[in-house]
Amino acid sequence: MSEYDGEVEAAIRENHPALITYITAGDPSLDDTEEYVEALDRGGSDLIELGLPFSEPIAEGRTIQDAITRALAAGTTPEGFFELVDDLETEAPLLVMTYYNMILQYGDSEAPRASDEASGARRERSEGLDEANGEAVSGQRPRAKPDVRPFVERAADAGLSGIIVPDLPAEEAEPLRQACDDNGLDLVFIIAPTTEGERLDRIMSHVSGFAYVQARLGTTGARENVSGATHESLERLAEYDVPKAVGFGVSKGDHAAEIVEAGADGVIVGSALVDIIAEADTPADAVDRLEAKARELKRGARRGAETVTIDPEDAPEPEQP
Amino acid sequence: MSTEHDHDDGDAGRTGTFGDYGGQYVPEALMPALQELEDAYERYVLENEDGFMDEFRERMRDFGGRPTPLQRADRLSERYDREVYLKREDLLHGGAHKLNNALGQVLLAKYMGKERIIAETGAGQHGTATAMAAAHLDMPCEIYMGRTDVNRQRPNVYRMRMNGAEVTPVEAGSATLKEAINETMRDWATTVERTHYVIGSVVGPHPFPQMVRDFQAVIGDEIREQIRETAGRLPDSVVACAGGGSNTMGTFHAFVPDEDVDLVAVEAGGSSLEIDEEEGLAPNSATLSTGTDGVLHGAMTKLLQAGDGQIVESHSVSAGLDYAGVGPELSHLVETGRVTPANVDDEAALDGFHRLSRLEGIIPALESSHALGYLEESADELGDLVVVNVSGRGDKDLETVLEETEKRDLEAAPDVEVFDG
Repeated sequence: MSEYDGEVEAAIRENHPALITYITAGDPSLDDTEEYVEALDRGGSDLIELGLPFSEPIAEGRTIQDAITRALAAGTTPEGFFELVDDLETEAPLLVMTYYNMILQYGDSEAPRASDEASGARRERSEGLDEANGEAVSGQRPRAKPDVRPFVERAADAGLSGIIVPDLPAEEAEPLRQACDDNGLDLVFIIAPTTEGERLDRIMSHVSGFAYVQARLGTTGARENVSGATHESLERLAEYDVPKAVGFGVSKGDHAAEIVEAGADGVIVGSALVDIIAEADTPADAVDRLEAKARELKRGARRGAETVTIDPEDAPEPEQP
Repeated sequence: MSTEHDHDDGDAGRTGTFGDYGGQYVPEALMPALQELEDAYERYVLENEDGFMDEFRERMRDFGGRPTPLQRADRLSERYDREVYLKREDLLHGGAHKLNNALGQVLLAKYMGKERIIAETGAGQHGTATAMAAAHLDMPCEIYMGRTDVNRQRPNVYRMRMNGAEVTPVEAGSATLKEAINETMRDWATTVERTHYVIGSVVGPHPFPQMVRDFQAVIGDEIREQIRETAGRLPDSVVACAGGGSNTMGTFHAFVPDEDVDLVAVEAGGSSLEIDEEEGLAPNSATLSTGTDGVLHGAMTKLLQAGDGQIVESHSVSAGLDYAGVGPELSHLVETGRVTPANVDDEAALDGFHRLSRLEGIIPALESSHALGYLEESADELGDLVVVNVSGRGDKDLETVLEETEKRDLEAAPDVEVFDG
């Protein structure tokens, strides 16, 4: 048993500085995703986030939106996703990244989604038969109350280590946090550039796995530079003793170096990898390029860490050229 | 899913929930902005700090044309053998109730010191209202509109541009309202520090559902006063159409405590109430009648969704009702039985459109026509004194109505084939 609280934190602390990679499951097919995840694992990923596609991805930039569209068009379902994870054997622990409604509705696929009565009786609240439970529900139409537990239990069964939900702020997260705790999963929270004061304290005190530091306001997407907001955020978070990984816009080894140098324990890269998948001529080409990209990023992160292993207090004055 | 439950008067509790519905399911980056907005809403709207509400009401009178009339519909009253009154929101500036909310929020953004307005629009009604309000209050304004809607609602695109708004087409997915909301939220998550998002209905994260309702509540407040004056009592029923639900909540809010007044929310039954899960399509937008609980665009509410949680594409002949979600407070009021959900199909709505045009000389919006279609189908269930909210006027719908009428054999329609001649 590691000295850390769970395998997600251990993966970051023990492989410091950590590389966390993201791709969308099912883009362009679940079979391809399996190959791609293995390539990212070989390339040195310390954690891998797999996106379970949702039709309304409000936190994503165009790159990942398009990946989600492709994955949904390919017929990716939550069950197909979990079956993929069942089969995956990676060094890196796996996390699922998805939107809250996907978690709420899982395990409810057999329940009636539209009232048969509604067409006949337009106004009256009809006597309904809840087909899922085979029980008559008096005075109510058949309906299913959403529940987070079936998803979390299935995720734990599949061997996932944690969950990231971009549309679930800490204030709404209690039911999911409870379910994750009960099933030994980490629920990773995002810290935005606008997260400050009391809320920041509260969220940081609940960090599970790592703090996902959003590098800039806006949506996901590869960028050319590391934003000033990243440096500000890492300074602001320096006093909290939790692993911090920075995402949103990271696309190059040099970015990884700069971010780790600025105090991050890990970098999170998604859109740059999704771009590779979208642009590759063949799946085999994508596999090669994903593995190479992961190596570049991990090397960059290590380079950044070498620069910061010298305590600034003890560092010699930089030599003048 | 919050444990905080509210009281039955429909006011959101501390965490902004209505029973099981509502909440704040948004990216972390937006949470501080929602708290800032909640604070501004409480101070300016609820407590009238700096005379905000006085200025709002004054502008709604001088710029908007409030109060709108409550008119006895003589021939409908005769036809249905009961007293039928129409709340004439179609006479509000811009031709729909939308201005109540748009002007309220743009003014609030100004009080908050925001420098830029963004909004989504489906058919263009909320976009035009926001563009008008932004021009009136001298704020830069950008409207996101699905590419499909841009192409089929040209006149509204021109109206927005005439008022100085930038109209940005959204290409993703089916390129309609749902995608426009997604894109506006993304803009807001990027520019949140100086931008206010004027959401167009009683949907989205807290405090939007409550705040938009409060700006729209003037409809029901006026009806109460006007009907007491003319009929000497409260109505037996109040009927309003429901898409996202802003005219619905605006009309109903004042009557929620009056248990003797039936409140009926009429949704778009479209062409069928069945969802096609394979295609991800619902040929209706009858969310309150047929939807199931889930989270969309920041709130727990009733949704049109497939079993695995993907949101399906809704459809209605009326673009303004065409949405896969509905305001969380309406979901709650339906759940508790206070509001009765109903729906009529495209055909009944078109008939309602023609009937009001012919019998009363009022061309209603296709949205409002659903309420009138329901009146035709179920008048005998509505008691002796009925108020129907005519949420908007139908000029914008003439082309759709001509096209759709030609395909059908409608009782109340004129012979549209000779219209061009």
